[in-house]
Amino acid sequence: MKDVLQPLLMSKTDFDIHYVAKLACLELTEEEEGTFGGQIGKVIDYIEQLQQLDVTNVEPTAHPVPLTNVTRPDEVRKSLTNDEALMNAPAKGNGLFMVPKIVE
Amino acid sequence: MDTHESISSLQARLQQGETTSRDIVSTYLNRIEASNSELNALIHVDTDGALAQADAADKALAANPKTSDKPLIGLPVAIKANIAEKGQPLTCASKMLENFVAPYDATVVSKLKEAGAVIIGRANLDEFAMGSSTENSSSGVTRNPWSKEHIPGGSSGGSAAAVSAGYCAGSLGSDTGGSIRQPASFCGCVGMKPSYGRVSRFGLTAFASSLDQIGPLTLGVRDAATMLNVIAGHDELDSTSVPQNAEDFTQTLGEDIKGFKVGLPKEYFVDGMDPQVKSAVDAAVVQYTKLGAEIEEVSLPHTDYAIATYYIICTAEASANLARFDGIRYGARVDGKDPVELYSKTRGAGFGSEVKRRIMLGTYVLSSGYYDAYYLRAQKVRTLIRQDFQKAFEKVDILLTPTVPTPAFKIGEKSMDPLQMYLTDIFTISSNLVGNCGISLPCGFSENPELPIGLQLMGKSFEESKLLKSAYAFEQSTDWHQASPR
Repeated sequence: MKDVLQPLLMSKTDFDIHYVAKLACLELTEEEEGTFGGQIGKVIDYIEQLQQLDVTNVEPTAHPVPLTNVTRPDEVRKSLTNDEALMNAPAKGNGLFMVPKIVE
Repeated sequence: MDTHESISSLQARLQQGETTSRDIVSTYLNRIEASNSELNALIHVDTDGALAQADAADKALAANPKTSDKPLIGLPVAIKANIAEKGQPLTCASKMLENFVAPYDATVVSKLKEAGAVIIGRANLDEFAMGSSTENSSSGVTRNPWSKEHIPGGSSGGSAAAVSAGYCAGSLGSDTGGSIRQPASFCGCVGMKPSYGRVSRFGLTAFASSLDQIGPLTLGVRDAATMLNVIAGHDELDSTSVPQNAEDFTQTLGEDIKGFKVGLPKEYFVDGMDPQVKSAVDAAVVQYTKLGAEIEEVSLPHTDYAIATYYIICTAEASANLARFDGIRYGARVDGKDPVELYSKTRGAGFGSEVKRRIMLGTYVLSSGYYDAYYLRAQKVRTLIRQDFQKAFEKVDILLTPTVPTPAFKIGEKSMDPLQMYLTDIFTISSNLVGNCGISLPCGFSENPELPIGLQLMGKSFEESKLLKSAYAFEQSTDWHQASPR
């Protein structure tokens, strides 16, 4: 714990915030890019410590409970009505979600 | 009547006809009215709905005073504002969901209603449960009822503060890396994270699906067991909920713990801990010895890697879960010339800083060329951490640790340094990675300022009864749980 409580002062990671924000569909202001870039860089430097461990032949854990192939009978059940599905829509019309034009 | 009364005591007085649900709920509402504007623990109070539910409870009680099938009848409960209640706002403390109204009940809310609970309002949180201080909220910061300059912890800071301040008899929070236990520790109440799969997540806004779990926050251990009885159980609507027989978690409370093996993970008792936290936890160890437990040192050798593992896995899962907020079907929308611009502008305007940081970190660790080095490797280290706990639980019944290395910190103290904030989760996150159960309960106070200190107990997955019994034995032999903020 001694080590992990030490703040890291400098970032050495080549984290390209512009590229990652684009992948994540997040429009950032220039100011945000500057602040977040440094902050995330420090966190990435910190998580680098996992490279120290030998994980050869270790199986990954995706999930704490070993449940697999959870199914239910294939039958029609009650679901949201059209009105309920649309009640929080930012734009709707004719019982549909409205979106910007996709095809020219 | 004050509003620091246990669920079991309120329930007894109700069933004996000494009071009514309307009286109880009105008392809590008055208390909320008097000081919630300062504490900001609840961000939505359903006054009319609560009184109507109270009247319905009084009617049911008049018809049948012995309503043991409704263990929470007539009692006010608050829920974290990332849990859906039909027809009520579900903001997740995000501008993205400012105007969102839940179209259905979460399974835990249906269960609360079936148990007769009066849902009094929604508690503040860090946006989408991402944070450790309840400072990242579109509804503003929540203050610690013990000291207004201090944070209540997070992300279920509102749920913990609401219990300590006497705004509800109990509350629900969600715990992804300590988000129930850490605020319970900082606010001086009991907070429990059930085993992964014990409680349905249906209707809980997903943050990190392999880690999230809903649990109760209460004044005492018995009340936590009562609430867990209500919310636990298999649910077809959550494929990760585990088919388990129903148990009465209050059954074992009061049994002695002679010969119980309590493990102290040596990696948790090293430098860096606040000395007042250390002495409070040392005293708790002595107390367990007096109760007849045997103390044994154990080792969890991968403890130092837990935070790095956690922040890779939780951000990866968050970046996928939060992809649904695209401005199309629900939530805020900022228009753009094409769908991609609409998504980016909407998400840029709708999410707060911490959520953006986590989405980006998660996107990065999953991105092409980095997946193996970060995400896959973290999943493998998760296996090593699980194995550490499996080995420890072969030797001991429960593990005892501090909940957090320090008492509550000041508002603003860590908000500009995300990494420092992440490091405060060191003692709680492993339970989420492993999926086991954990509880935080009061075990002392710091001096100048006087702030609560929490003791964490961790149990094996699906051994909540053993965990609660151990917690109850400590609680009943000390008086820390009786203190309440002025």
